[in-house]
Amino acid sequence: MSGGVDSAVAAARAVAAGHEVTGVHLALSRNPQSFRTGARGCCTVEDSRDARRAADVIGIPFYVWDMAERFHADVVDDFVAEYAAGRTPNPCLRCNEKIKFAAVLDKAHALGFDAVCTGHYARIVDGPDGARELHRAADPAKDQSYVLGVLDARQLAGALFPLGDSLKSDVRAEAERLGLAVADKPDSHDVCFIADGDTRGFLAERLGTAPGRIVDSSGAVVGEHQGAYGYTIGQRKGLRIGDPAGDGRPRYVLDISPVDNTVTVGTAEELAVDALDAGHVRWCGPRGGDGFDCLVQLRAHGEPVAASARYDADADLVTLAFGASVRGVAPGQTAVLYDGARVIGSATITATRRAAAVAGA
Amino acid sequence: MTYLDHAATTPMHPDAIAAMNAQFALVGNANSLHGPGRAARRVVEESREAVAAALGARPSHVVFTGGGTEADNLAVKGLYWARRAEDPRRVRILAARIEHHAVLDALFWLEQHEGATLDWLPVRPDGSVTAASLEAALAAEPQTAALVTLMWANNEVGTVLPIRELAEVAHRRGVPIHSDAIQAAGHLPVDFAESGLDALSVTGHKLGGPLGVGALLLGRETKLTALQHGGGQERDVRSGTLDTPGIAGFAAAVTAARAEQPEEYLRLCALRDKLIEGVLRTVPDAVLSGPPLSEPGAKPDSESADRLPGIAHFCFPGCEGDSLLLLLDARGISCSTGSACSAGIAQPSHVLLAMGSTEELARGSLRFSLGRTSTEDDVDALLEALPAVVSRARAAGLS
Repeated sequence: MSGGVDSAVAAARAVAAGHEVTGVHLALSRNPQSFRTGARGCCTVEDSRDARRAADVIGIPFYVWDMAERFHADVVDDFVAEYAAGRTPNPCLRCNEKIKFAAVLDKAHALGFDAVCTGHYARIVDGPDGARELHRAADPAKDQSYVLGVLDARQLAGALFPLGDSLKSDVRAEAERLGLAVADKPDSHDVCFIADGDTRGFLAERLGTAPGRIVDSSGAVVGEHQGAYGYTIGQRKGLRIGDPAGDGRPRYVLDISPVDNTVTVGTAEELAVDALDAGHVRWCGPRGGDGFDCLVQLRAHGEPVAASARYDADADLVTLAFGASVRGVAPGQTAVLYDGARVIGSATITATRRAAAVAGA
Repeated sequence: MTYLDHAATTPMHPDAIAAMNAQFALVGNANSLHGPGRAARRVVEESREAVAAALGARPSHVVFTGGGTEADNLAVKGLYWARRAEDPRRVRILAARIEHHAVLDALFWLEQHEGATLDWLPVRPDGSVTAASLEAALAAEPQTAALVTLMWANNEVGTVLPIRELAEVAHRRGVPIHSDAIQAAGHLPVDFAESGLDALSVTGHKLGGPLGVGALLLGRETKLTALQHGGGQERDVRSGTLDTPGIAGFAAAVTAARAEQPEEYLRLCALRDKLIEGVLRTVPDAVLSGPPLSEPGAKPDSESADRLPGIAHFCFPGCEGDSLLLLLDARGISCSTGSACSAGIAQPSHVLLAMGSTEELARGSLRFSLGRTSTEDDVDALLEALPAVVSRARAAGLS
């Protein structure tokens, strides 16, 4: 129970469904802030109090579990290391994989609980062969199946998502009806452990400044940066390079090379990717065959695109070839594979192949 | 429900409820000069006399406060300021790291903001502090000592300190000594005059009285600087309109506790020893905190008690205290990990660490505390549930 409306209603629904429910708030910060600032963060003392109040109203026991060390090691340190290596991680997936449906689920199992129930918007469906399947939520605007795409069959077996069939507006109305004070609490956004939302500042504190060159795809220097980790492939804003080619066309980050601390920029065309490799493959249910067609989602609120997948089990590598090229694909991001609404699995992007040749990429 | 957390707070004594109920509907500020005011004043003064009589003090020693934390803060900060005002060299406070946060955090505040130096006395593995160690610390530079503060009995592990000896040592050096007797007052024959203390904190809700009212017993000659300013109601060291119903309830509770104490002490010792024996039998690797158990058959004597009759504290190796608490709570058994929380996050107990426990062992700590309403059935219920709970918590491990 994060202290937000979704997990509160999920808990209430689990109780209504006849489960014996215990509320757990995860303390993920070593030094929790007292109050929320804006809509960001999830780990303040105020959030913990909101969660406790919701548990009171629902009438369930409530505890805070200190997962700060694990969270820091598995999620925050990983986040910083990935950026330092020129990749773009998604810490929410990492948290679901390593914390909520691993450390928390394992502890819960050991203590005698059967499942971890959360306020994620996704559906668990019994598949034709009896195996559980993860599906997109009924509310397309809130669908969170992407960030759950890292769960394997065992983790899915220990998960409950009571909000998957609901619209967010209905969930808020239900919270109101139940007398939950969090009914109108704003949705949380961004990375929960970066309270002010300043990812670049957060990374700069940990990685220091490391000035380097910004070059175009021909290798010509077009600007300077204070740390390559502050950039994401596909990023357009905040480059501060003016109009290097004098053609009035926007420039995007094409490549980040931590080895020579260089950021490469180029045009939208140069950004286009038509194939990628992805490792750390996680199957949500029965694993895909050696070759199959699927829909691929590349970021939390991205549009799914058609691709044909090839799986090399020995190398634990998925290769995706896109029907139409995609933009803004960065190593470190997770590709979640769908069969219609069903999540097949996920993999972390290791390399992309550009439609147009890019020097240095 | 099996309530084994009487050291956190204990049910109100029927006498206290009756005494408060008699006051709630009445009007009258004890400092008003008219009839209703005089009636309230009479209740307050009779309560003061009752509290004094129960705790071996004179009525003029009793300074009513809004509870134990306030009494501790008033004593520690007030004594420090008064002593330093008399002689600026007096900035050293002698204390031990087993104190409750109400004292400990007041000390840290004085260190950070008021130039105090904290001189930590060694804590023995059983949680006690010796008079000899206080003597040695005072002898070093007696002129710099501002005060001594040492609790009468520890709230987590239940160890009783040799307060009379400690007070004697402090007095030989002319240094005032305060004791937090909040856990002791309801269970041991706490006698202010006989103890030789200059200041002693008590609170209502640990001994059958209401929440939010307590007292500092303060020697008549003891100089103390006020913390809270206003009407000067209590000897000019504590201001605020007196809480007549609360004070009446507190007085009734402390009177009842004192009257019942000799018998209740023996009853609780028997229950506690049964609990300890049962826990060590059913969970053989459980580690009992505090002084070793007395010889079987030894007659309990509250005058020479080395542990509180109501507290049994253990560490369960390989378990998270939080897991144990959750699992017992789910079975209707209420107890405490005994350690302080920040945002609900358990920290390893500073008391156990001060006693030399490892951080890992301290994480598996659990305190069971008994009180007036505790029965054999409570202990039986715990002993029946505990083995399965411990093995399950052990499986969950240390996260």
